[in-house]
Amino acid sequence: MAFFLETLIGGLMAGMLYSLVALGFVLIYKASGVFNFAQGAMVLFAALAMARFSEWIPKWTGIDNLFIANLIAFAIAAVLMFVVAWLIERLVLRHLVNQEGATLLMATLGIAYFLEGLGQTLFGSDIYKIDIGMPKDPIFMLDTVFPGGILVNKEDVIAAAIAASLVILLSIFFQKTTTGRALRAVADDHQAAQSIGIPLNRIWVIVWCVAGVVALVSGMIWGSKLGVQFSLTTIALRALPVVILGGLTSVPGAILGGLIIGVGEKLSEVYLGPYVGGGIEIWFAYVLALVFLLFRPQGLFGEKIIDRV
Amino acid sequence: MLYRENGQFKTTYRADQQIFPITQDRVAIGLMLAFAFIAVPLMASDYLYASILIPLVIMSLAAIGVNILVGYCGQISLGSGAFMAVGAYGAYNFFVRIPGMPLIPTLILGGLCAMSFGILFGLPSLRVKGLYLAVATLAAQFFSDWMFLRIKWLTNDSASGSVSVTQLQVFGLPIQSPVSKYLFCLAVLVIVALLAKNLVRGAIGREWMAIRDMDVAAAVIGIRPMYAKLSAFAVSSFIIGMAGALWAFVHLGSWEPAAFSVEISFRLLFMVIIGGLGSIMGGFFGAAFIVVLPIALNRFLPAFMSLFGIEISTAGVSHAELMIFGGLIVWFLIVEPHGLARLWSMAKQKLRLWPFPH
Repeated sequence: MAFFLETLIGGLMAGMLYSLVALGFVLIYKASGVFNFAQGAMVLFAALAMARFSEWIPKWTGIDNLFIANLIAFAIAAVLMFVVAWLIERLVLRHLVNQEGATLLMATLGIAYFLEGLGQTLFGSDIYKIDIGMPKDPIFMLDTVFPGGILVNKEDVIAAAIAASLVILLSIFFQKTTTGRALRAVADDHQAAQSIGIPLNRIWVIVWCVAGVVALVSGMIWGSKLGVQFSLTTIALRALPVVILGGLTSVPGAILGGLIIGVGEKLSEVYLGPYVGGGIEIWFAYVLALVFLLFRPQGLFGEKIIDRV
Repeated sequence: MLYRENGQFKTTYRADQQIFPITQDRVAIGLMLAFAFIAVPLMASDYLYASILIPLVIMSLAAIGVNILVGYCGQISLGSGAFMAVGAYGAYNFFVRIPGMPLIPTLILGGLCAMSFGILFGLPSLRVKGLYLAVATLAAQFFSDWMFLRIKWLTNDSASGSVSVTQLQVFGLPIQSPVSKYLFCLAVLVIVALLAKNLVRGAIGREWMAIRDMDVAAAVIGIRPMYAKLSAFAVSSFIIGMAGALWAFVHLGSWEPAAFSVEISFRLLFMVIIGGLGSIMGGFFGAAFIVVLPIALNRFLPAFMSLFGIEISTAGVSHAELMIFGGLIVWFLIVEPHGLARLWSMAKQKLRLWPFPH
């Protein structure tokens, strides 16, 4: 029982991080109908920028406070992501307005390649570390109930807390601010939003900026866990089934989907893996999403789209 | 007026329906085939075979397969690498387990394995489309990556899924030298390309295109979406599977599951985008572009950059390659969504009017 709970909690923590990446997908899809394959590349780009700047800033300015150096690096990386978002809107999306989803998807694949190349050209392609001072030691919980207690990674808890607070912040942003309301209007109906004077292009830039910041935060967390390296791009591929499961247009869907996938992956690996040779984490989420698609193509919270001739 | 079709009268339906109704086209294709089959083997070096010609021919084959699914039927697929892997390992299993198995039936059986895998993972396409389907096909990719790494039976109990084949021969002729490898792959490519061309301009190809352009409307005029989509998946994955078997057997010789990773899937999709969606010719152009570009960059980029006094490392070249690929994809999607094949047909159009511009 204790082991099961441990796996479950581990899954929930991992799931929170998937949700964070999935959130980036959902934001962009909601507001512009673009399925952003470049989210992984954005995570890599942002994490690389942050890792390198937090390394360079103490060298350049002589600040040796880790927190301040990280803060400045975070700010610079965020500004960089804004620039990237603006450039993407300006150079790519503006020219592809009203194209089919598949075309836009392929365009984001192109953006992904470009960003991967650019990020590694600018910041180097070694493995870098981001040290945001997260404690690495595990903590034990409930050791009165179970013998030995439940082992929980403190790092994971903090990461999940950051992810959760970002999600809350974003929902406040969406619900309470004028910009958030404009974003929701655009997500609902492009034409109607435009006709009441909401500038579509600006909304897209804002959304890509927000997605850039989300990418930066997920890159920061994953980067401090695993190190910043090229393989960071693959977490976008890990987060895809989450989006599918939750529904492409739903923020709560991304969160719940992430938790389901996280738990499902861990539990299946531990309890099912030994029977089929292990390593099933790679495809379990995908097959889960695939089976789910057959029954509910729009995802858990997605909007049902009815085609008419 | 070099490419003029007036004066070429057709008096039978047969003559009107042939693949290349214009004489110049027939002559050009004949010359190209003669060049590929006769002139190239006379000139090429072993390096050229191993690094450009053989990969080019096999990737063209795979690109034709992907184009049938993505370009003609509009079912976006990121699982092409998986279909190649299934083709390769399927063919390997038949080749190793049945003594004296000839090569050509092995390739076809490998293609059939990929076909059944393709149909299985094409089933979601009946319910979902576009973006969701891309994810469904990615599932095929990750599943196959895992399958050939972990299920030992499929790889004949070899460690880490790496296997090899030797002593290939067709009709008693050994396929060992680069020339024979090239000619064999080229023969397969020409036959498949011809079949594919005929398929896409026939009834079934029109059904695919109708589904691509608007599936609901196609269903209304009596095209069965299930039949059309699954047949596209079947034909496409059969061709991709054969290409995978060729890639493994003829080009690599010994391989491991990583040879068919998701990277290959993306590359194949790029070939189709850059070459031209919905065009058999585009498969050749796209494959040529994607195969040759990295080699050309590796050769010339350091020299080019040193003109400006910039030293560029191997890693730098590969990053530049990523950036150029990415930039080109976006550029093609914006400026020329029909890819290089469209430029080709525009050139033909210009030749038709030459020397008068209008």
